Amino acid sequence: MLKQIEGSRAVAAAVALCRPEVICAYPISPQTHIVEALGEAVKAGGLPHCEFINVESEFAAMSVAIGASAAGARAYTATASQGLLFMAEAVYNASGLGLPIVMTVANRAIGAPINIWNDHTDAMSQRDCGWIQLFAETNQEALDLHIQAFRLGEELSLPVMVCMDGFILTHAYERVDLPTQAQVDAWLPPFEPRQVLDPAEPVSIGAMVGPEAFMEVRYLAHAKQMRALELIPGWAEEFRRAFGRDTGGLTHTYRTEDAEVIVVALGSVLGTIKDTVDAMREGGTKIGVLGITCFRPWPSAAVRAALAGARRVVVLEKSLAVGLGGIVSSSVRISYPGSPAAVHTVIAGLGGRAITREALARVFAEAFAGTLPPLTFLDLDRALVERALAREREQRRSGPIAENILRDLGTVASRAG
Amino acid sequence: MPFQSVKFYQTGTFTVGNRLLAPQERSVQSNMRRTNSLNSGHRACQGCGEALGARYAIDAAMDATGNRLIAANATGCLEVFSTPYPETSWQIPWIHSLFGNAAAVATGIAAALRVKGRSDTRVIAQGGDGGTTDIGFGCLSGMFERNDDVLYVCYDNEAYMNTGVQRSSATPPAARTATTAAVGPEPGNVFGQGKDLPRIAMAHGIPYVATATVAELRDLEAKVCRAMEIRGARYIHVFVPCPLGWGHASEDTIRISRLAKETGLFPVFEAEHGEVTSVSKIRRKLPVEDYLRPQRRYAHLFGTPPRTEVVARIQAIADRNVKRYGLVDE
Repeated sequence: MLKQIEGSRAVAAAVALCRPEVICAYPISPQTHIVEALGEAVKAGGLPHCEFINVESEFAAMSVAIGASAAGARAYTATASQGLLFMAEAVYNASGLGLPIVMTVANRAIGAPINIWNDHTDAMSQRDCGWIQLFAETNQEALDLHIQAFRLGEELSLPVMVCMDGFILTHAYERVDLPTQAQVDAWLPPFEPRQVLDPAEPVSIGAMVGPEAFMEVRYLAHAKQMRALELIPGWAEEFRRAFGRDTGGLTHTYRTEDAEVIVVALGSVLGTIKDTVDAMREGGTKIGVLGITCFRPWPSAAVRAALAGARRVVVLEKSLAVGLGGIVSSSVRISYPGSPAAVHTVIAGLGGRAITREALARVFAEAFAGTLPPLTFLDLDRALVERALAREREQRRSGPIAENILRDLGTVASRAG
Repeated sequence: MPFQSVKFYQTGTFTVGNRLLAPQERSVQSNMRRTNSLNSGHRACQGCGEALGARYAIDAAMDATGNRLIAANATGCLEVFSTPYPETSWQIPWIHSLFGNAAAVATGIAAALRVKGRSDTRVIAQGGDGGTTDIGFGCLSGMFERNDDVLYVCYDNEAYMNTGVQRSSATPPAARTATTAAVGPEPGNVFGQGKDLPRIAMAHGIPYVATATVAELRDLEAKVCRAMEIRGARYIHVFVPCPLGWGHASEDTIRISRLAKETGLFPVFEAEHGEVTSVSKIRRKLPVEDYLRPQRRYAHLFGTPPRTEVVARIQAIADRNVKRYGLVDE
């Protein structure tokens, strides 16, 4: 059924179709509308076999999900930004225990300075936590990935994080195709846990493991993620047959056939990149796009195959590994068959900074010209940075950094562009 | 022959002998069908109060629920000594997630059981004082506030014993720990206002709060059984001496527990919906010195010269408890 709805509402509807049994909610922008919609659905009686629990923190949200999942219930929560960091200990615990919880992360920057707008720093901070991480490009894909996430997680006994860009997707009203309950029921079997807390068959879960077996337990987590790499493409195909949409999978290529430069990115920015690429293609420039849908496990073989013909690779990242540069590009470099030096990092859109087609066209042209530096900060206000650095050179007590920069900048409120 | 009443305690103790009681009043531990939920063979130290308290509490809960019980455990001594896998001591479904989230994990289990129509299976969360009064406090308060159907049992040995006896917010004034050394002009822990968890639990207005010691295990069992008759959030705070951390002889665990109660330092009571409903009276009130002296964590109070003014301050705490709870019949 086609509907013109907010991204958050679309995800809430998809989660509801997956028949969740325990939902734990703690508010944090820009995720809040998702759990609000689910809470409303439960309270109105639309989800009769579901407990909606308002908890006191994100740490508790993930902990309640852990308890519920270990007791055999299909558990869901959503968070973003600081919330994801606050629950980080429990995030690792959920994957360590092998509990197939599904969580939406409405991607948002991490403070300080506090910032509610979109980038990928939150999800990237948890990239090695053992969760499967899927990134949605559109609201339709966000909706579909949630349906796939429950099945994927429960098949492998691994938790799955569905990442969607905060505000850009969560708050955007777009047309989505909402599947029917019958379609989802046919695709997603009831949760059959591999381990469950049951008085009829008592088990201990979460025992201490020493050096004698810890490596093996961790290796199995890795092996399961490698197994996910094998399963995901087949399931995307199965999903396409059942729902008629080509969503999910490991990666998506766009106009890469003869591309000399390929741009790699995750999430909603792929739309802007594709528009830019279309315009450059019209001018005869051989450029293409590789979208990463599955970031963890890292689809190395698929990336390698997609990039095989490219002379240069531009990785556009909405997160910054401070002191290094790019997180995604570090992974791309190990998968790109050519020289690592041909893989360029472009840090863009931090804290919601708009990523424009003009700016993208400029860096892509530089990539063709061979003048793109290894690491670029898209649309960085150099003068502003220089002023801050000069102040620190001149004054010992130069004061708080962010506040000084805002004073230098003057009153522009939260100018996005 | 003149009638003589039977004394339900033995010389020197207040332990009720099981054989003198009607079968239905006998302790769960005296029953051949006790479940040994925390089974023998675990790695607790000799004289561990926590192991003793947990054994009685969980077996009593099993008895009260027809053996339909799931436990969530905070990180800590109880978790570590009971599950050096594959040698788990737990004969019940048991989960350990993290240090600070046992109450929230239990909430999740209870929610799952409710949604699956298995509310006859009950949930216990348990932790030490660190996992309860410090790092797990947020989750615990949330569980109380929502009135989730969980019994939380805190085994209070007044410090972080698993990591080597560091101060917690349950560590009493003047006590020596690894982070409140017995050195300087004011040795041991500071005299703060304390963090009285049973009273904080009561302030949430939850259906049932109780305190107990491992000196009166039948009382602990009765309180666990009472808690299991009630739905909603319940809290039992058990006083469990730690021979290693407190520096007393391992055979003195019960005696130290009794002294904590009989001096008034640890009031034993029950409360329902925020109101105290019963108090375990002190039979013969003893000076706090009797409790402090056998413990090396207080040794600095009895050196040369003795710190009588510090002992007097601790006595004042005990006296305040006696007055507040009416622990001594006038």
